[in-house]
Amino acid sequence: MIDLTELSIQGLQEELASDRARPTDVVGSYLEKIERRDGAVKAFLEVFGSEAMERAAALEKEGRRDRPLYGVPVAVKDNICTRGFPTTCASRILENYRPPYNATVVERLLDAGAVVIGKTNLDEFAMGSSTENSAYAVTRNPWNLECAPGGSSGGSAAAVAARLAPVALGSDTGGSIRQPAAFCGVVGLKGTYGRVSRYGLVAFASSLDQIGPITRTVEDCAAVMEAIAGHDPHDATSIPGPPPALARESVGDISDLRVAMPSRLGEWDLESSVREATEGAFEALREADIRPETVDLPDVDASIACYYVLANAEASSNLARYDGVKYGLRVPSDSLGAMYERTRGIGFGEEVKRRILLGTYVLSSGYYEAYYAKAQQVKAKICDEFARIFELHDLILLPTAPTPAFRIGEKVDDPIAMYLSDIFTTPANIAGLPAISIPAGISGEGLPVGLQLIAGAGGEAALLRGARFLERVLRFNERFALDAGPLEGGA
Amino acid sequence: MRGLSRGGREMGRITYETVIGLEVHAQLLTRSKIFCGCPVSYGAEPNTHVCPVCLGLPGALPVLNREAVSMAIEMGLATHCRVASESVFARKNYFYPDCPKNYQISMYDKPLCEDGYVEIDMDGDIRKIGLERIHLEDDAGKLIHDAAGVSLVDFNRCGVPLIEIVSRPDMRSPEEATGYLVRLRQILRYLEICDGNMEEGSLRCDVNISLRPEGDEVLGTKTEIKNLNSFKAIEMGIRFEIDRQREVLEGGGEISQVTNLWDADEKRLVMMRSKEYAHDYRYFPEPDLLPLHVDDSRIEEIRGRIPELALDRERRFRKDYGLSPYDAGVLCAEQRIADYFEKVASLTDNAKTSSNWIMREVMEELKSTGGSIEDFLVGPEHLAALIELVQTDVISGAAGREVFKEMAKRGEEAEVVLDRLGLRQISEGGELDRFIDEVLAEHPAEVERFRNGEGKLLGFFVGQVMKKSGGKANPKKTGDMIRERLSG
Repeated sequence: MIDLTELSIQGLQEELASDRARPTDVVGSYLEKIERRDGAVKAFLEVFGSEAMERAAALEKEGRRDRPLYGVPVAVKDNICTRGFPTTCASRILENYRPPYNATVVERLLDAGAVVIGKTNLDEFAMGSSTENSAYAVTRNPWNLECAPGGSSGGSAAAVAARLAPVALGSDTGGSIRQPAAFCGVVGLKGTYGRVSRYGLVAFASSLDQIGPITRTVEDCAAVMEAIAGHDPHDATSIPGPPPALARESVGDISDLRVAMPSRLGEWDLESSVREATEGAFEALREADIRPETVDLPDVDASIACYYVLANAEASSNLARYDGVKYGLRVPSDSLGAMYERTRGIGFGEEVKRRILLGTYVLSSGYYEAYYAKAQQVKAKICDEFARIFELHDLILLPTAPTPAFRIGEKVDDPIAMYLSDIFTTPANIAGLPAISIPAGISGEGLPVGLQLIAGAGGEAALLRGARFLERVLRFNERFALDAGPLEGGA
Repeated sequence: MRGLSRGGREMGRITYETVIGLEVHAQLLTRSKIFCGCPVSYGAEPNTHVCPVCLGLPGALPVLNREAVSMAIEMGLATHCRVASESVFARKNYFYPDCPKNYQISMYDKPLCEDGYVEIDMDGDIRKIGLERIHLEDDAGKLIHDAAGVSLVDFNRCGVPLIEIVSRPDMRSPEEATGYLVRLRQILRYLEICDGNMEEGSLRCDVNISLRPEGDEVLGTKTEIKNLNSFKAIEMGIRFEIDRQREVLEGGGEISQVTNLWDADEKRLVMMRSKEYAHDYRYFPEPDLLPLHVDDSRIEEIRGRIPELALDRERRFRKDYGLSPYDAGVLCAEQRIADYFEKVASLTDNAKTSSNWIMREVMEELKSTGGSIEDFLVGPEHLAALIELVQTDVISGAAGREVFKEMAKRGEEAEVVLDRLGLRQISEGGELDRFIDEVLAEHPAEVERFRNGEGKLLGFFVGQVMKKSGGKANPKKTGDMIRERLSG
């Protein structure tokens, strides 16, 4: 029998359709792999083993195999609500918290026939770029266990890379899907702001957060995105109308696509493997007779400053509800004020506290104009500049991150260095644009390197079409394979 | 009190002018809460009308209730406000256990309605009280402190839609403040967007007060009174605060910016917090909601359903029905009473008599039974029929009142009650003649005195006849007949 955990969604569907495998076989194979490998990787905070097997068995009874994700196991980032199952955001303050409802994306996955197999690790409340800010576990990069998987969706990216799930959901506020996807050699997509419902995603920065898929291939990514996207009456910011049929529309020739190249690419401080991978991709495009044109991108330094003002401002308000009154951790004290202070003091980690303080500061009377209001102006300018670029171009090709995965502990004491690993990803969040990271090459140390494509608002189909082209010509999955030995305790 | 708020310099002493502004919160009578589908109702079991959204659970998102927006716009139009084509919800951040998100979703620098006014009538003077703004926000839950020192929270009220109506500092006396609030409440009730129940908290009022030397342009330092849950409390609270501030100022002191709570049991003001503890609410645009856009066609559609409001109706009642300002005011205080009056008046074609019946009998009956005009058993057509019977002397006024009570109790029509109780008035014929004969025969001395000029004895004879007839004799007819008999 073939190894079911090596198959794409399409491959799994074929096995299931021809009765060579049943959903319980698929789920069982993944659970077995998790059992063998997750001790080393620590991608999961919680595995719903028996529940997932029950669900798979129920699917077999129900039939309805024509559903797009029939029998497909999905790992879900632990800041997305799963009814009756822990949803901790990797924070002490939500230890043992079990939401009474499912996020819209979880409902849609279940409707599509998927099986949720567990919850993945993240930086606490999705605040971080390495998954080291988890209160519960340090997730390791499957390509090199000494390295971080990136973040904040590090658990989801590592799970897909280590074959612990064919699909994982992440959330992306400033690059939290794309950067770990790049670090772990997998595909990660963030849609247009409002493309995927945020209902049930524990908010970090509401105006920037988007849920999206992390998969092994672009084709799988399109299939999952199509299943979870679309208007949700529970989310006032979700895009009205039906979503594009991405699985179908992402297939095809790209000769009509106008691809842009950042004019300052040469000036950016990129690690050589990142520069080579980026240049290699442009070369591949030229060989296909697509001539990238140079454009001036919005200033990435301004983007990241703007991002940290807006995101932290919203976070300081979004995280106010964790106060020990209603759910989650409560540290009893003799007064209400002391209870608030002790609960939040003990319940939140350092990075979360830092961001709450920064966010509170920038919204405070006397500072609002200089920080928050100014950042809103910068945001408007960035949106404008992107809009002008996308009048003439369909895609922008640029690195996902300036470096491949860094070592665990390397940046943990230097928040600014950590923040700069999001320098190329935050612009798409600020402008609400769809962006994808695909694996494009490998560094001298054997770590994957990612490439990013950004499209105009609503341009997911073109984005995926471009990504499929690059995936095919760059042949990452054919050229490089993860050495699973260390994951299973081997040498 | 008047000398306090009006007047000028008296005997070299500074007199102060009182400046009052009101912030009124009104709960809207929508079916569901402002950002979720939970029902809005008062008095349910604690924490039964809640969901992830109004509990502010992690990941839940608000979705704006369209009906609440329409109601707020309706209030804005009824108070002559400008309705913004774009308004923006904002988060008001503060920690309190009755607020599950620890921020309130309100409106800050872009409110829904701005620059309106409410007309009030002060002893015949029409005054315009300016409105700065009306905006939408969500209500908080309720804290319950039990005897054992444990605090509990009931989140049922959480997310009930509120409009906050902020006046300009245009009121100059406690009477103007309550006069304004009465009008505001009346408008809310006429529009049927708030029940105006201050005891249950569906209408709440915070007062800002400052004093300034008469004639000054600059406003003095203001203080705030919260928790005023009746008209009485508002008037008393304002009077207390005016006196307190005047004493401070006259003693050469300065007013500090404080918030006072009205203690309804002790009837006193308790200082809640001073300016040093003033909140920095860190308002910023609510990212979970899009800016609210209202187009002209929607505004016009809403304008079209605003009924004639109390003040206009009072004016019309005075003009068309010749009612006194007082009577028009009483009848128009409640829309349904005014409707009732208009039906009765049109059926009887006698506005003054209809007004008297309603203001005395109907309103007294409603007051004593605690009933409402909607459920009142005497419909306007039945009251009109009764009035008709009295006007055509079929029954006396006294009997009419008795019949009315029966009608109100049993829901019977006037004619039915009349026959059951045998109250038809005797106005003619042998029966009345016989009663008169008997009375005159029984009182020869009085007859003599009457004939000698003591005309006031007529009333005595009529009374005796009424007695004999068991109240059924028509007093006017009886009087006429006796006078005729004795004049011969």
